[in-house]
Amino acid sequence: MAFHSLVPPLNEADVRKLRIGDGVSISGIVYGIRDATQIRIFDHGVEPPVDLAGSVCLHTAPNVKKVGVRYEPSCVGTTTSTRMDRFTPGLLEQYGVRAIIGKGGLLENSVHAMQRFGGCYLAIVGGAAALETTQIEAIEKVYWEDLMPECIWKFRVKDLGPLTVAIDSHGGNLYAQVKTEARKNIQRVLDELENKS
Amino acid sequence: MGGFNYDLIRDTAKTLYIRALKLLPDDVKDALAKAHDAETHPGAKKILATMLQNIAVAEEKDILVCQDTGIPIYKVLIGAAVQVDGSMIESAVRDGCRDATLEYSLRSSICDPLTRKMTRDSTGIRVPVVDFSFLPNADYLEIRMIPKGSGSENMTWLKMLLPADGLKGVKRFVLECILEAGGQGCPPTIVGVGIGGSAELCLKLAKEAIVRPVGTPHADAAIAAVEAELLQAINRSGIGPMGLGGDTTALAVHIETAHTHMTMNPVAVNSQCWRGERASAKIFPDGSVKFGF
Repeated sequence: MAFHSLVPPLNEADVRKLRIGDGVSISGIVYGIRDATQIRIFDHGVEPPVDLAGSVCLHTAPNVKKVGVRYEPSCVGTTTSTRMDRFTPGLLEQYGVRAIIGKGGLLENSVHAMQRFGGCYLAIVGGAAALETTQIEAIEKVYWEDLMPECIWKFRVKDLGPLTVAIDSHGGNLYAQVKTEARKNIQRVLDELENKS
Repeated sequence: MGGFNYDLIRDTAKTLYIRALKLLPDDVKDALAKAHDAETHPGAKKILATMLQNIAVAEEKDILVCQDTGIPIYKVLIGAAVQVDGSMIESAVRDGCRDATLEYSLRSSICDPLTRKMTRDSTGIRVPVVDFSFLPNADYLEIRMIPKGSGSENMTWLKMLLPADGLKGVKRFVLECILEAGGQGCPPTIVGVGIGGSAELCLKLAKEAIVRPVGTPHADAAIAAVEAELLQAINRSGIGPMGLGGDTTALAVHIETAHTHMTMNPVAVNSQCWRGERASAKIFPDGSVKFGF
């Protein structure tokens, strides 16, 4: 399994190189987005105020402190991605997003979109927000502040990770693999339970 | 009223929120460290190592362990010898919860359920959740707090099984929930299971179960045996830390029970993410406060 240090913006070739199980770390610009952000883009039809082509997006709503006109990160972590699954194909197809960083995975439609448009899902360690915060160098800009804390956050990060390629652009889905195996394992336990009584 | 005054309770409620977000209980840390040492899947071992590293970073740099400040839940246990105005406690706890949010610039995660409008101070209609209970033979007030993360709270189930489904049906249901959750809810989790009661009591039992310290089996040996059996079964699933595969899917399974109706067989599952956040404080008549987990 390979390790990749990536600096956005990413092109299709960058993403096609990644395979599930590979390790990744990211330095440079990462955009924070969340439920309300994507509801505004896709359900209310509002164009995002920033060009997301080639971007890496992080599923987050951070704890921040306002110092003067700027925001400083006090704790930035990652939220469960499955809630935002239905927006992901649109992010890839319409806005050219190349990578989503999240936890908990995405569902079949997103996996297909990643295969079709050249995208990937990078799993971060959920709950490890203290560490993640130390990897954020600055909040460069905040769009849609009225959605606080579910704004669009422009973060500058250094060696964000460890990240694991959990969904790649070749149809690979680590979550689905693990779940298929888990279903068999649980069935074995249930069969034993059935035979015991 | 001695030490049980509004200001002290308000201040304690504030401190509890912050402590629960920054300090993990030793039993949870020990369980994670043990899981890390025993883990045979390399990717899973790395994830568990990152979790342990994160706890150390949070302590060293005084950062919240996780960004999710949760939905604040308090439980107030009133000692039999304590003379106190219960309605005052509720408002003191609520004010303390707000103080913590505003003074420490916590992300408020609380919104109106219909309009989704944010309140910005971690309080709202019936939030923080405040439950009351009583302690026989005690002269102190105990307040317990969990800033319940949504990732794990969204992984909650209640099923009114049939009596004929028996305990076997209960076990099956718990395992199906774990499978459905997969990597959501930040495994390895502390799995709380409520068995019996009415519908809402069953869910309460599951919530009580998640705050029991890890490594403390149920006092009833028969129930403890079911806890051990389910833990082993869950960890045989291979779901692993963050659902990316491995030996460690749960740190513990805790069961709490209540009697139920003869025609009912309710089971509830509520899980706690790996950070196992909780904090508690005892307030004594002289006004002294002792914090713990």
